[in-house]
Amino acid sequence: MNPQRPETAAASAPANGWAIELEKINKRFGAVHANKDIDLKVQRGTIHGIVGENGAGKSTLMSILYGFYTADSGTIRVNGTQHAITDSRHALALGIGMVHQHFMLVDNFSVLENIVLGAEDSGFIKPSLDRARKELDRLEAEYDLEVDPDAIIEDISVGQQQRVEILKALYRGAETLILDEPTGVLTPKEADDLFRVLRTLREQGKTVILITHKLREIMAITDSVSVMRQGEMVATLETAATSPEEIAELMVGRRVLLQVDKGPANPGKTLLEVQNLVVADDMGVTRVKDVSFSVRAGEIIGIAGVSGNGQSELLESISGMRDQQAGNVLLNGQPLSLEGDDGAARARAAGLAHVPEDRQRMGLVTTFSEWENAILGYQDSPEYGAGALLDIGAAKQAAANHIKLFDVRPANIGLKTSLFSGGNQQKIVLAREMERDPDVLVIGQPTRGVDIGAIEFIHKEIIKMRDEGKAILLVSVELDEIRSLADRILVMFDGVIVGEADPATATEGELGLMMAGINNKTAPRGLGIAEQGPLP
Amino acid sequence: MSARRPLPRWADVALLPAINLALAFLVSGLVVLLVGENPFHAIQVIIYGAFGYGDGFGYTLYYTTNFVFTGLAVAVAAHAGLFNIGGDGQAYVAGLGAVVVALALDQTHWLIAMPAAVIAAAAVGGFWAFIPGWLQAKRGSHVVITTIMFNFIAAALMVYMVNRVLKPASTMAPESATIDVAGRVPQLRQFFSFFGYSPVNLSIVIAVLALIGVYILIWHTKFGYAMRVLGANPTASRYAGISNSRMIMITMTISGALAGMVAINEVMGVQNRLVLDFVAGAGFVGIAVALMGRNHPIGIALAALLFGALYQGGQELQFVIPGITREMIVVIQALVILFTGAMEGLFRPSLERAFMLLTPEQKAEAIAVSTAKSES
Repeated sequence: MNPQRPETAAASAPANGWAIELEKINKRFGAVHANKDIDLKVQRGTIHGIVGENGAGKSTLMSILYGFYTADSGTIRVNGTQHAITDSRHALALGIGMVHQHFMLVDNFSVLENIVLGAEDSGFIKPSLDRARKELDRLEAEYDLEVDPDAIIEDISVGQQQRVEILKALYRGAETLILDEPTGVLTPKEADDLFRVLRTLREQGKTVILITHKLREIMAITDSVSVMRQGEMVATLETAATSPEEIAELMVGRRVLLQVDKGPANPGKTLLEVQNLVVADDMGVTRVKDVSFSVRAGEIIGIAGVSGNGQSELLESISGMRDQQAGNVLLNGQPLSLEGDDGAARARAAGLAHVPEDRQRMGLVTTFSEWENAILGYQDSPEYGAGALLDIGAAKQAAANHIKLFDVRPANIGLKTSLFSGGNQQKIVLAREMERDPDVLVIGQPTRGVDIGAIEFIHKEIIKMRDEGKAILLVSVELDEIRSLADRILVMFDGVIVGEADPATATEGELGLMMAGINNKTAPRGLGIAEQGPLP
Repeated sequence: MSARRPLPRWADVALLPAINLALAFLVSGLVVLLVGENPFHAIQVIIYGAFGYGDGFGYTLYYTTNFVFTGLAVAVAAHAGLFNIGGDGQAYVAGLGAVVVALALDQTHWLIAMPAAVIAAAAVGGFWAFIPGWLQAKRGSHVVITTIMFNFIAAALMVYMVNRVLKPASTMAPESATIDVAGRVPQLRQFFSFFGYSPVNLSIVIAVLALIGVYILIWHTKFGYAMRVLGANPTASRYAGISNSRMIMITMTISGALAGMVAINEVMGVQNRLVLDFVAGAGFVGIAVALMGRNHPIGIALAALLFGALYQGGQELQFVIPGITREMIVVIQALVILFTGAMEGLFRPSLERAFMLLTPEQKAEAIAVSTAKSES
């Protein structure tokens, strides 16, 4: 194992002291040793990152600190004094607050009511609210955290809801804030706002512990970072003195390719063509406005954009899950008829495979076993049984094959898919869609919630399909992913393709401007821009 | 943090219902005790009445037949995520199909009349469930609301049909003409004298076939697969190219057709004519049967037998122990439905916790799963 870096292992107390000191924390759940002799010291007034793959023990460790679990052995010191934290109320009293990945807010209460909830002074709510309003004004001003106290939670954005969670913790006197995967639900803009808030908190002397698996965030915001792997703390590093490559290697335990290794594209004939597509969402609001583009064999088209600018509706419409108001989708030159609620079946029959954005809601039936999910969408195809009967043997055979080819773990076709990790769930979906050898692959957020080792594998598979001469349409909110995978980038803003860029030459700044809808270099809808050469 | 592992299968399908049942009997025993009777004697009477002699057992099987049909009707719909509480109305209206065909063919042979009536009852019962299905698929009206309203419509419709259309001018009672012997479904006592005077008839064969058929439909056909996808995750079924609206309509029709089989048992096997309210609440018992039987045919067969035994044993009880009135029987039956149906999950959390204490490996697995999830 990697030894601890000397700069922290033998560190004497810094000038501003340790906010949190964990020593030799052990936690076992039966045979699973979730935390092994964990040492962690967090300096007061800093932002400290904790990274690790799924199941590395990050959440267990933070749950011990926040009083959800009690450690089997080890000591916890808060501000230098030893405590046995018994529950989260106790943790709060010690000034430790937690912002969960899934918010704990009452949707139809106002911001103010949510903040007071559970911290009322008396049986009457009015004095508490009045006092809270004053306190909230002060907190908002002090930490530059603007939220309308009277707004109803369900009416405000996810980013704002997160602020409410942070305010809730501050209102209860938190000095140390634990944030569990805070950017998972945020747009890039909202994430930037969050980081600004975190920096302000640091300036005001608060301590922040950030749990994440996004290396970019670690590099961007933290002062120091602790890496966990399989229940052990493998290193604590100064962020300024390390690199994403080093952290990734520590996390996975082997060298990881962060940059995708791919040759030049060799585009052939047009396989997927979208003409003047107009799509509305469930509320009847037009989300895709007259979009046209085409994808040729052997190339990857990446659609970049801030989440919520019509990409989801575009994907769902092309794959037959959502009715289109106008326009055409052509596959191999043949128009696809996608009307009715079984349009997805016709799209598949024509050779279009779809890896959906949200695998748990669409791509999998999580209560079904792995083998039952291996035929989802292809259940009517003749190789899974002639006539009305389902050939369970053939389905299990296919599932075993998928597991072998895509290295799904655990290799158990009888296990419910809800029990697989995010990366393995995604592999199950990818295996199903790729193994059918489709002409066109439409793929949304291929690596959302997937750990680094699996990301590398998934990217390789996508490139492999491209090199086999398939047309691939990729939608992702991760700009890095689009830039490294796509051969051409289309930027979508407010339902319109506002520009096209060459990933080799376009800078992040240019793409960022286009994603914000500002583009004066290219014509709207982005058709034929590539022929005019890359962006200057 | 509530990291919990689902129960082992045997505990889920056997132990949990057994605990619920034991509790239901315990509370029932207290009720019997309160009215000053001996609960042990009462339970002895119920068991003897339901299984102890040919007549009683025949009656138990006759009730069981009804509950198998209505239980399957609820279960099939439940697998597609639909809650059909209109089994009562569907069975009732299906009586029209059964009686019309039976009366038309009662001069031939039951081997001709019975299959024809089965098809007619299935068609009418299926149609009665298809309308709510269509309303949900195309208009978004929830089947829970529409099926229960269709129970009332069925009741009104049947009163009209029996009094104004089916009742022969010569009779005073509100009932159809009597089906001739040749058109009746033979009762088992014609073959086995063991069954005494009990009304159990060949409809029970249809019930067994229905149990097997539903098992194959749900777990061994492509249609059943699509149905379960829809029930588990309607977004995923749309993703999979399954037409949700079509599935809802077909599933409701199958469900109604199964409920309609009650009419064969009652109209052609027992009453030999269409009488008012012949379903007698079997549609609602079917909900409890399906719940207790976990929507699985084997579970439904066992749960239907339990409720059949309770109905028959309960009848016996009021003859043998006069202190226990008819209302008392209803209370006991209701307690069983309450504990095994409505409060089915009452002991699940504590049982899951108990299992985790017993086996640390399972606890480890549960924690590992919940941590992996919260970190992904």
